[in-house]
Amino acid sequence: MKILVTAKRVTDPNAKLVIDDDGSWIDDDVEYILNPFCENAVEAALQIASDNDAETIAIGIGDEEVQRYIRQGALARGVDRGIHVDAEEQELDSDLIAKILKAVVEREEPDMVLLGKQAVDGDSNQVGQLLAEMLGWPQATFASEVKVEGAEAIVTREVDGGLETLAVTLPAVITADLRLNDPRYASLAGIMKAKKKPLEELELDDLELDDEEPKVRVVKLHEPAGRSAGVVVADVDELLQKLTTEARVL
Amino acid sequence: MSKILVIAEYIDGVVKKATLTTLDMARQLADKKGADIDIAVLGSNIGGVASALTGYGAGTIYVADHAELEHALAPTWAKVIADIAEEAGADVIAASASTLGKDILPRVAARLEAGMASDVVAVVDTDDGPGFRRPMWAGALLADVVIDTDTWVVTARGSAFDAAPATGGESTIESFAAEPGLGASRTRFVKFDGTKSDRPTLDEADIVVAGGRGLKSADGFAQAVEPLADAVGGAIGASRAAVDDGFCPNDYQIGQTGKVVAPQLYFAVAISGAIQHLAGMKNSKVIVAINTRDDEPINKVADYSLVGDAFTVIPELCEKIAALKAAG
Ligand SMILES: Cc1cc2nc3c(=O)[nH]c(=O)nc-3n(C[C@H](O)[C@H](O)[C@H](O)COP(=O)(O)OP(=O)(O)OC[C@H]3O[C@@H](n4cnc5c(N)ncnc54)[C@H](O)[C@@H]3O)c2cc1C
Repeated sequence: MKILVTAKRVTDPNAKLVIDDDGSWIDDDVEYILNPFCENAVEAALQIASDNDAETIAIGIGDEEVQRYIRQGALARGVDRGIHVDAEEQELDSDLIAKILKAVVEREEPDMVLLGKQAVDGDSNQVGQLLAEMLGWPQATFASEVKVEGAEAIVTREVDGGLETLAVTLPAVITADLRLNDPRYASLAGIMKAKKKPLEELELDDLELDDEEPKVRVVKLHEPAGRSAGVVVADVDELLQKLTTEARVL
Repeated sequence: MSKILVIAEYIDGVVKKATLTTLDMARQLADKKGADIDIAVLGSNIGGVASALTGYGAGTIYVADHAELEHALAPTWAKVIADIAEEAGADVIAASASTLGKDILPRVAARLEAGMASDVVAVVDTDDGPGFRRPMWAGALLADVVIDTDTWVVTARGSAFDAAPATGGESTIESFAAEPGLGASRTRFVKFDGTKSDRPTLDEADIVVAGGRGLKSADGFAQAVEPLADAVGGAIGASRAAVDDGFCPNDYQIGQTGKVVAPQLYFAVAISGAIQHLAGMKNSKVIVAINTRDDEPINKVADYSLVGDAFTVIPELCEKIAALKAAG
């Protein structure tokens, strides 16, 4: 068995994001982390691999820097090897990311692709689903539990109104929600080992995509209208008085 | 002529508010593009849903009623939606950014080689024509995006649009001969464990009472949040920490990775207000923070901060609301 798992780099959620006058993002001096949902995907890959004797491969897409997150976020935790696809991340949309992943899936032929359900920068929540359709594979998104039973993965999904359980026949795409597991920390030995693990570098040209044009373009970024702090009320009576006479919501 | 196909969502045969908010987004887009609107209803034994949707200005309501569509499985639903879009000549396919829409619509986009904008909060004019505004980075920034393909796929955030009112008029109901291909999808529905509640649902409620980790246990959560929700007729929500610690069901979670709500009144009880939580509620009309502290991030967005122990102030609050109600 072989599992491909994504290791995407995202800006630290606590980083201050700066945009210039014409509404483009300035990415100087921002701290990055591994996408939290990818951490869950990596952990799931490792757990499934140890139960099923599988090989694990982490893939990251972006500039050179991305290799750090593949090594520290995935290989140091125990993933066997990495693949880095060199690309200008800001020029890719979800569709192109999915196309790149599809090309890598066709080279590696994994039995399962695990991804985070969304990346906390773009928040699009599309790539796993796009990939599954492009491959003609089943999908189980927003997973909070995954078990492999024979030829199937049994997946519990967090959906509106409750929990849904699906059985998908492998090969399949699964996207991780945060409650899927508690990602392990990389051990010191793991970090040392990661330095020597194979990390293959691929250029976009190597993947022979049929199309390299993004379909969706950001024309402008702006700050949302801020909300100003209100008042501290003295007690329950004042709160009720404000809600009934000032805000008129009760 | 441009054509927008709206995917209906319903529960137990009743149209969800998410369908109406998506229709509102579709109408705004239709005004800018000069488009007509059609609706697609998928499922099994769903006759009543289509008739409830006539009167919302759609030209045709396509009904794909098929046993293999009983559960909203992404491969089968995406195939049928794409097939209906083709039949309708739709160049925009729109659904709610519910978990159903998020799961299925990207597959529709891939089938139709369309660009997709997720979780849009507004239809905007850009220098390159009509586009969409959508939050990124947990709402820290808003992006105006345009889609460069001929066909567009969009999911609309429910809390950012009003429920479209019925405008009268008739829609033609047309039954669509769906070919879901369940066998080829290699997907099997096993079960659904629904969260049972007699209270309003989070996305439809005017008042939300949300509890956080500060309530310490499932008992504490119930003790603080339930009476207040009942006193105001509100829905119950939670922070991720409260869900992670098992205080309440998963689908109560509000935030970047949970539900996004914008009720008239939002009570944040023992919630600190992390950016990921604010992403799910900061557009509420009025926010009340109930917290032992007055210097948490939640206090910076709250209209009213009541400083105190939730376990003492909430019983008092409930009592006084009951007295107000009794006084009429
Ligand atoms: C990728 C990612 C996604 C996330 N998505 C979400 C999301 O969708 N939604 C979400 O909510 N979080 C999300 N989080 C988690 C978020 O960062 C916070 O950890 C979480 O919101 C904290 O929950 P809390 O406010 O309940 O707990 P805490 O931050 O621990 O706050 C508890 C609060 O309770 C107060 N308190 C304690 N005792 C009492 C008392 N007796 N009475 C009154 N007040 C009291 C304290 O003063 C404090 O303000 C996400 C995190 C990550 C990394």
